[in-house]
Amino acid sequence: MEIILAPIVVSVISSVLALIIVVVDGVVNNYGEVEIDINDSKRNLKVKGGTPLLQTLSSQGIFVPSACGGRGSCGACKVKVLSDVGPYLPTELPYMSKEELKENIRLACQIKLKKDIKIYLPEELFNIRKFKGIVESLKDVTYDIKELRIRLVEPNEANFKAGQYVQLVIPPYENIKESTQRAYSISSSPSDKNHIELLIRLVPGGIATTYVHKYMKEGDVVEVVGPFGDFYMRDTNADMIMVAGGSGMAPIKSIIFDMWERGITNRNVWYFFGARSKRDLYYLEIFQELEKKWPNFHFIPALSDPLPEDDWTGEIGLITNVLDKYLQNIIPAENPKEGYLCGSPGMINACVQVFDKHGVKDVYYDKFA
Amino acid sequence: MMYPDINPFVLFFASIFTSNILLTNFLGMCSFISISKDIKSSNGLGIAVTLVTTITTALNWLLEKYVIIPLELGYLRYIIYIIVIAAVVQVLEMVIDRVSPNLYMVLGIFLPLITVNCAILGVALFMQLRNYSFIQSVFFGLGSGIGWWLAIVLLAAIRKKTENAPVPAPLKGVGITLITIGIMAMAFIGFAGMINVR
Repeated sequence: MEIILAPIVVSVISSVLALIIVVVDGVVNNYGEVEIDINDSKRNLKVKGGTPLLQTLSSQGIFVPSACGGRGSCGACKVKVLSDVGPYLPTELPYMSKEELKENIRLACQIKLKKDIKIYLPEELFNIRKFKGIVESLKDVTYDIKELRIRLVEPNEANFKAGQYVQLVIPPYENIKESTQRAYSISSSPSDKNHIELLIRLVPGGIATTYVHKYMKEGDVVEVVGPFGDFYMRDTNADMIMVAGGSGMAPIKSIIFDMWERGITNRNVWYFFGARSKRDLYYLEIFQELEKKWPNFHFIPALSDPLPEDDWTGEIGLITNVLDKYLQNIIPAENPKEGYLCGSPGMINACVQVFDKHGVKDVYYDKFA
Repeated sequence: MMYPDINPFVLFFASIFTSNILLTNFLGMCSFISISKDIKSSNGLGIAVTLVTTITTALNWLLEKYVIIPLELGYLRYIIYIIVIAAVVQVLEMVIDRVSPNLYMVLGIFLPLITVNCAILGVALFMQLRNYSFIQSVFFGLGSGIGWWLAIVLLAAIRKKTENAPVPAPLKGVGITLITIGIMAMAFIGFAGMINVR
């Protein structure tokens, strides 16, 4: 008797208390309908209160960039809040600079919607969507870089600027229990609205790259969120000096082919691509072909450690040295110049120094993080 | 059942001053030491502890009288008390979040941690051990909570003063705090003979 009595008593007491909690939760956390006013009433959303701003916006089809999915660990989902939503939380403070604190920039994942709120979002964000697609092809372009081509299904068209990136959604696999998202630049050109191509280099131990290289196969259903980013061609007449290494090829390729397709061929474009040896080079033919058709386009692949069997006759040396040499002797000094860089942080920092030395101030880059 | 013959008001004042739960029984030390760095949060935590202690003492008294004793479940007492405390804290957390987001922020992680504040379980167990009546228990719970609140605010104020005091290097921080608490305890226990609540 006693054996049954004890668990019954504990369970009954617990259930009564749980019931009370549920009732209180329903009463206390019922914030009713809340209105989100975006960009001075340009868009008004009426939503159910009580959930964080980030999730609420994404359920309404507005995707604020977030790498961690709302756990407050990446600090990417910054949003300017114009109405009072209470003091900063300790979880937000580490990601905020002094200027951002002054402007009341907040982390969207940490703000719980309790009352009407006014926020400001950059216009580009309204263009961001979640796309469902099918892996149309997955090819090795070098021994460690794969070209992933996705045919978009729902929605089946994407409007992006050449140079922007998307976040690829990686489902849970093996020991990885949670779905993750990683950012990759789009390498295909914006005119091909039904497809998105990404270049993905295998990073040992990387969650997303391992998945793409070892598990993904043609015909898989994949999801991408995008487009994001402000790395794209600036509308000027300056000469464009572009530098990339490895899978940094992606946004640069997109920008160059976009320019060619749209007939922006009056600008001088210099594209430096750095690799270690010949086995790291790819897409050589397509750029060499373009060079023949487009007189103002110059493609300069450079190898830092060519192997004897490579039989390499092109530029040799670190990409920074090659860039330095060209800026010094070959590229006309009198023209205004813009730098476009994509690659590892080390490469970008070194290149920015070279640009600095030659007085090129307008440098845009897309750093792998 | 015989209840001890103590006026509830006497019990109330005794549990604040002469038998302060913190300074005579040394219960609830963890948050006492870590939160007392700042008067504002001490104040907030003191309020929360007072509320939780009062409510849980009353609820636990009712459970003791109408469930535990009739069913002879004395061995489940700890578990039942703790479940009640956890649930009350949960409810309180939601209410504070709604009513005063500022206080909610100040309390931060310490609000859920009240669940394991042993002063609260201690009060419930003393109430049972000393066989208080319902009214006595509520006054005892309220008094103990206020006593805890008073002690933490006092300590926070003293720590503010000692911040700039020339404390010997090895005693800085927790060391001098523990010594302070010891002296405070002696001062409080000094009045212990005036009212006897045992």
